[in-house]
Amino acid sequence: MRTGKPLNLLKPVAAGAALLAALLLPWLISDYRVFQFTQVWILAIAMLGLNLLTGWCGQVSLGHGAFFAVGAYCSALLMHHLGVPDWLTLPACALVSYAAGWLFGLPAARLEGLYLALASFALAVALPQLLKHPLLAPLTGGTQGIALDAATPPAGWPFSVEHWLYALSLGSLLVAMLITHQLVKGQPGRAMRALRDHAVAASTLGIDAAALKARVFGLSAMYAGVAGGLSAATVRYVGPDSFDVFLSISLLVGIVIGGLASIPGSVLGALFVQFVPHTAEQVSREAAWAIYGLFLLIALWAMPGGIAGLGRGRARQR
Amino acid sequence: MEIFLHQLFAGVTSGAIYASFAVALVMVWRSTHHLNFAQGEMAMFSTYVALALIEAGLGYWSAFCLTILLSFVASMVLERMIVAPISKAHPLAAVIVFVALLSIFHSLASWLFTPVLREFPSPFPNGSLDGFPYLSWHATGVVALIVLELMAVWLFFRSTRLGLAMRAVAQNPDSSRLVGISAGRMLALGWGLAAALGAVAGMMIAPIIYLDPNMMAGVLLYGFAAALLGGIDNPWGAAAGGLIVGLLDALVGAWLIGPELKLSFALALIVGVLLVRPAGLFSRPTQTRV
Repeated sequence: MRTGKPLNLLKPVAAGAALLAALLLPWLISDYRVFQFTQVWILAIAMLGLNLLTGWCGQVSLGHGAFFAVGAYCSALLMHHLGVPDWLTLPACALVSYAAGWLFGLPAARLEGLYLALASFALAVALPQLLKHPLLAPLTGGTQGIALDAATPPAGWPFSVEHWLYALSLGSLLVAMLITHQLVKGQPGRAMRALRDHAVAASTLGIDAAALKARVFGLSAMYAGVAGGLSAATVRYVGPDSFDVFLSISLLVGIVIGGLASIPGSVLGALFVQFVPHTAEQVSREAAWAIYGLFLLIALWAMPGGIAGLGRGRARQR
Repeated sequence: MEIFLHQLFAGVTSGAIYASFAVALVMVWRSTHHLNFAQGEMAMFSTYVALALIEAGLGYWSAFCLTILLSFVASMVLERMIVAPISKAHPLAAVIVFVALLSIFHSLASWLFTPVLREFPSPFPNGSLDGFPYLSWHATGVVALIVLELMAVWLFFRSTRLGLAMRAVAQNPDSSRLVGISAGRMLALGWGLAAALGAVAGMMIAPIIYLDPNMMAGVLLYGFAAALLGGIDNPWGAAAGGLIVGLLDALVGAWLIGPELKLSFALALIVGVLLVRPAGLFSRPTQTRV
């Protein structure tokens, strides 16, 4: 019930402050830090997509790195072979990866839980091998990948290149957050949560589970694909090994640590995945990943509902 | 024909190892409904411990038994102290716990034992059986050992009180608590047994593919696929799945498509089978009640 509640100003104020901070940030930090935060926004887009599928719809994917790769290659090919400007490649990335996700989701959505995890994991393992295959090498550059020329902002952009890429990523993230917000508060969100909480009951209420799963798979792949496109535009290189299984697992780690079925949680998860490994490396160079693992365990132990779950008192999923 | 036989025996050997590993995964799955992604790294770590024991002067078989014992105990402690308390929050928390354990064991192994390829001794004689030039002693020994091991597991579950208690907890934890079985202890025991089986798989495959921190990545993936192919609820299905995956991998890799795509092909085929039989080849599908 919305009507009886007193107006809660905390949320809009926090969101406004966060937005302001994100807008001011590039003027306060070094170019390298700007690049790092650009990567955070990109990861956050992919995690929002995975969160739609896993957090809201309850389907675990261990292979979203594959859709990230699809978007990255799509953008890189358009930029490299046709000279399309970076921001114009994003709609193409969205379309191609939506199609890839939907096509994969159509059969895979018949699988449940673990089996879906295996199928998507297989995709994440197979895609780098396919990209390396000699038959595709003229297009994808084989094992070498595609190195792109330095980024150029569109004519009339008053600030530096780094700031352009930062703005492009942050802008895309805001659009993604807005779409997600609209989606999950409306009918699609209710259908997804019903499917997550009780698949059989949801079907008896008239939800076509397989079709819905395939659509959400496509949508969530679309987010990952746009993130991949942005990653190609900022890193200026795509190679089959940039998108390994580790990326897929990191995305899942991010949404669980950040907060399942939470929009701010996806952004917080991206911050964790981007910065905590660096911190771990500073603690101990030799055993950096052991320290990272330890941090993961501590984070899970201290915040079972993710970082975003802290504010909610008990770990309650929306 | 000779190459075919060679591939066939290689497939059976790796199939037996995948089977042992898949049964370890099933063991954890049946008791906790978690798929332990860290099982491979735990097995790799056990294998390093075995090597350290051998280098410290122990004989092969005493190092072998001591390693199994250590893995068993360490894994039970791990389950009680870390996995159970943290992963009860929600099902995905367990996945992240396993990711954390995986990176901890991987990183510790590289740090403590240096990340270079190491040779690992085989307990079986060199060379091959008389009259069968493609059947090495190691391969034969591995298959025999794993068959014995799986028989022992079967006997344990079939005819001991403890095995019965474990099966009861896997089927219905609440009712088993009511009849006085400590569910927590049984889960820990399941983890211990899984680690012991994993350690055997690690020590058996290390002489074939050499020991390094990445050794078990492929075995984990194939074991995972084998368990799901055969049916994750069913140890026999998982063992058969291991054999099928091993054969498929060896024969497909050698005959149909080169080594670059063999992993992808094997996985695609398994996913294909799962689409037709979603509960695996040897399991009956479960029905859900509203």
